[in-house]
Amino acid sequence: MKKINSNSSILDSKSRRVFLKQIVSGGATALMIYTSGVRGGHETSRIWKQRSTEHHWAYIIDVGKCIGWGGCVRACQKENNVPEGNFRTWVERYVVTEDGVYVDSPKGGAQGFEPVNAGLKEKAKRAYFVPKMCNHCENPPCVQVCPVGATYKSPEGFVMVDHDYCLGCAYCVQACPYAARFINHEINKSDKCTWCHHRVKQGKLPACVEACPTRARKFGDLKDPESEVSQILQEGVWTVLQPAMHTGPSCFYIGLPKEVI
Amino acid sequence: MHDLPNNALVNFIFPNNEEVWWSLMIVIYPYLTGLIAGAFVVSALYHVLNLKQFKPIANFALVAAFCFGLFAAMPLLVHLGQPQRAYEIYFTPHLTSAMSIFGYIYSGYLVLLMLEIWLIYRKHFIYKANNTTGIQQRIWYLLTLGVTTYHPDSAPLDRKLTRILAGIGIPWAILLHGYVGFVFGSVKAISWWATALQPIIFLASAVVSGIAILILMYTFIHWRHRVSPDYAMIKKLATILWAAFLFDWGLEMLELVHVWYQDAHEWSVIQPLILGPLYDSYVWGQIIWLSVVPVFLLGYAVLYAGNGKSMFFIVNVGSFLLLSQVLFMRFNVVIGGQLISKSARGFVDFHWDIFGKEGLLTATILFAAPFITYYVISRFIPIFEFDKADRDHS
Repeated sequence: MKKINSNSSILDSKSRRVFLKQIVSGGATALMIYTSGVRGGHETSRIWKQRSTEHHWAYIIDVGKCIGWGGCVRACQKENNVPEGNFRTWVERYVVTEDGVYVDSPKGGAQGFEPVNAGLKEKAKRAYFVPKMCNHCENPPCVQVCPVGATYKSPEGFVMVDHDYCLGCAYCVQACPYAARFINHEINKSDKCTWCHHRVKQGKLPACVEACPTRARKFGDLKDPESEVSQILQEGVWTVLQPAMHTGPSCFYIGLPKEVI
Repeated sequence: MHDLPNNALVNFIFPNNEEVWWSLMIVIYPYLTGLIAGAFVVSALYHVLNLKQFKPIANFALVAAFCFGLFAAMPLLVHLGQPQRAYEIYFTPHLTSAMSIFGYIYSGYLVLLMLEIWLIYRKHFIYKANNTTGIQQRIWYLLTLGVTTYHPDSAPLDRKLTRILAGIGIPWAILLHGYVGFVFGSVKAISWWATALQPIIFLASAVVSGIAILILMYTFIHWRHRVSPDYAMIKKLATILWAAFLFDWGLEMLELVHVWYQDAHEWSVIQPLILGPLYDSYVWGQIIWLSVVPVFLLGYAVLYAGNGKSMFFIVNVGSFLLLSQVLFMRFNVVIGGQLISKSARGFVDFHWDIFGKEGLLTATILFAAPFITYYVISRFIPIFEFDKADRDHS
């Protein structure tokens, strides 16, 4: 009786060891799959993350094609009744010199840009325009901090604000690293770019995309492998703003110079 | 023009960063919340550590904290774009938000303070309900919650319950004050806020401001009633204040030194911030005049100034400076963080608003309200021993 007992205890300790080993190796595998698919540094797998929805929208900005005309900003203001002084999208101008970086965005670039002064022009090594907007992040800090859940991420990729719930506390405005949000003083609620959700639902493009004469702004469905955005992202030569923030933007930049924050 | 961060040639701020979205209301919200902390310090000293010397101020600390607590959430309400929806935070809290359960933690603590105060004063309420007439009687009756007889046997039970509530109140207060710090410390988009030390700094500074306001109110009340203060007790309180501030200030400096020594991206915006727009209010205000000076003053008062009038005077000056230090700290954190544009290449201008909804006038009224409330309450219930002759006939 005693012998049987001792044998069974040996068997028990062996199987326990095997079991523990399996747990450790299984856990490590699961962790690797999780980190490779979700965490930053593996943005590609994040973009192609399977969604159960019909569409998965994404936005691409080709910096080299932007001419700073400002038609996108004006189209957005008209389409969305954006209050004066606030911007759902804007364009920044960068002039890089040996002394430093000159950046401006007068009226969000809505009226285009006056030429820079002669001194700066002389020192300029390069200059370019960068359109900015809400990045409709996969891991949006604005959604995380909203105390009542008024701001949310839709399954198709839009980050939206439910104005019937918004308290106007501005916590989301603070949390957004890209300053894409503002308090709309006409309604005293949080406001931001919606990628023209109302238009997209009707099968149209966002107003800014439609207004861009050089096709620097592109919008499309990642669920459609033939779409332009899918094709471009497949090439893998894109980046996002402030990747260290780990917000997983769904606005992708092509040719984004290193000075841009 | 201040030095600009990240190699900027001109002050560039993002177009949506022109406005400081959280202004004076959000400065005085954590300030008023912090002032409640005096109650939990005195509770810890008297109820938990059983230091009888603090018994004379136990009720005072509770009533004063209750007055600050009544108004602590008011600045938030004034700040909200849709204040009529504030109740949503109780009914549909979004639990990933650091702000979402503030309503529960804050209200819970306020209810706890009210229960403690009720247990302590219910004997007085009963006496008044039975010995007044008309509207007065009805109000006192309401305060008795319908219990109009007081049995001497209930006294030990009341004391026991008060002690239990005080015990619960200590971790609860730590949670409340730490939580306020977390609301700021968890915002990764703002370098000046984002630190794990923020909850502890807010807790420590709440303790500092809570004790300092109790000392100043105690002095004022005793001076007005021409009653001589308890110097020995004040000295003990000043010692705790001094220690709490050394801890608080140590943490504040540790955070600064840490960011400076790491010399990472954060320092590239924080250095020009504190040497630029925040130079006067942070370097000269918060650190030099309002920290170094009171550290020496209180140190002298505690170590060398004896137990007399001069010690009492120095302690009050030190307390006033520390009360201001915490106000400056709240300002420098809340406003300072927003002065760095998220462009990381420029600073936003802060404009002082005087008569606006969230202006200086509203801030002053909200800050004065707890003191007025305290005055009104003190007319009806005995708070200090010397009040008892006038008001406590029970």
